[in-house]
Amino acid sequence: MTSQRFLLILVTGFATTSTLAAAQASVKVEPLNLQGPRHLGDQSQAAVVRDYLHAWQSFRAALEQNQPELLEADFVGTARDKLASTVKQQGEQGIRTQYQDRSHDLQILFYSPDGLSIELADKVEYDVQVIDHDKVVTTQRESARYLVVLTPAEVRWKVRVFQSVPE
Amino acid sequence: MISRHPVLVAVLAFAAAHLAFAQGERMTLQKVIEAGSGFSIQSAGSGKATLYLIGPGDVLKRDVQLGQSTAFSPGSLCNAGHYLAVLTGDSFTETGSFDVVPTNNPANLSFIAKPSRLPVGLRDGITGAVYVFDGYHNLIAAPAPVSFELSTTSGAVQKHATVSREGAAWTAMDSTAEQGADKFVARIGDVSSTRIVGQVPGDPCGLKMSARQDGQEVQLTTEPVRDCHGNAVPDGTIVTFTETYSGAQSTIDAPLKRGIAEATMQVHRGATFSVASGVVMGNQIGWAK
Repeated sequence: MTSQRFLLILVTGFATTSTLAAAQASVKVEPLNLQGPRHLGDQSQAAVVRDYLHAWQSFRAALEQNQPELLEADFVGTARDKLASTVKQQGEQGIRTQYQDRSHDLQILFYSPDGLSIELADKVEYDVQVIDHDKVVTTQRESARYLVVLTPAEVRWKVRVFQSVPE
Repeated sequence: MISRHPVLVAVLAFAAAHLAFAQGERMTLQKVIEAGSGFSIQSAGSGKATLYLIGPGDVLKRDVQLGQSTAFSPGSLCNAGHYLAVLTGDSFTETGSFDVVPTNNPANLSFIAKPSRLPVGLRDGITGAVYVFDGYHNLIAAPAPVSFELSTTSGAVQKHATVSREGAAWTAMDSTAEQGADKFVARIGDVSSTRIVGQVPGDPCGLKMSARQDGQEVQLTTEPVRDCHGNAVPDGTIVTFTETYSGAQSTIDAPLKRGIAEATMQVHRGATFSVASGVVMGNQIGWAK
């Protein structure tokens, strides 16, 4: 890739029964601003971005359907445990939430020297719809800056930390 | 169509302004809440309503009495993140947002040290990376001083102080000249995490053998094999003895036993004996007899 700044458009298609319009999220990847001595190749960068965006689909599906097992493919450790707990809380209270990401502005921040973790920041815009016993309570457009740590699994990067911080 | 009805436009504008104002009046929120701390949300008006706090980390739902403060006890929201607050009654829905932030007290370090075993004397051979978390496993993004310390069994210490950035910090250190199990410690405040890094002897250095004839054979014996830092190379390391003569060559691979390697080879007139271990060459001995 001649430039490290590129634009991806999600073309994976969101198969969903959501009442939110399932649009394609725009994705922008900022130039690398890495701390750490390890070089991050273009292929690795693309894989991390791809797997992170895929994790958003799993996140969305799990909270929309209240099925924590949908997190397994893309989340691990603390991130999986916390999201699964949220799904459980939702289920107990008859709540579902739909998170529809609209845009991502990504920057990879840290590639650990051992190659076993990557941290990125994501300025994400998303719609969140709250549904209580099949009644839509509200739909809001929100923006947040997420810090995400991914670690390699067998065939993909999995999200280990998934946390927004004040912008 | 709307532009043809200026009164309708004015009514809609007034209604929008009124709603925007009302949204600010129904609910008073703290914009930032520390994870795990108690907080309250004040509502205005009268009657009953439902309050939702919605985020990827926690979801809470409470029946509330409008006009009163709804208290959330410590531990209600422990997971840092961006939250939506929704107050809904019979005829209104008001929303707001707030952030739950990590506590300022690091409580956990996720510390990865690599490798767990390596040869002595490698520059930047040992790396460590940490992520800093609070007691609720929230990543603490605020910069914090982190120190790394690598100490040998004899007490020699390497130190590196740095500051975490977006919750992460790292270091690279040299493996020392001394074999043994070193302690690699990452520390932030009173919180530390320790890994053991095994340092093993490096490649043989100054490999040297001697030869002694015994009839038609020659006994080849190395001196005790050590690395360049004087550490004994472990038994089992293969040493290769080679005899070259009249365009022919024969070799014997012998493992180190008690620090030395031995081999017995046939004597050939004009032969040359050499010794090597891996890519490290030792001395040669010419045999004129």
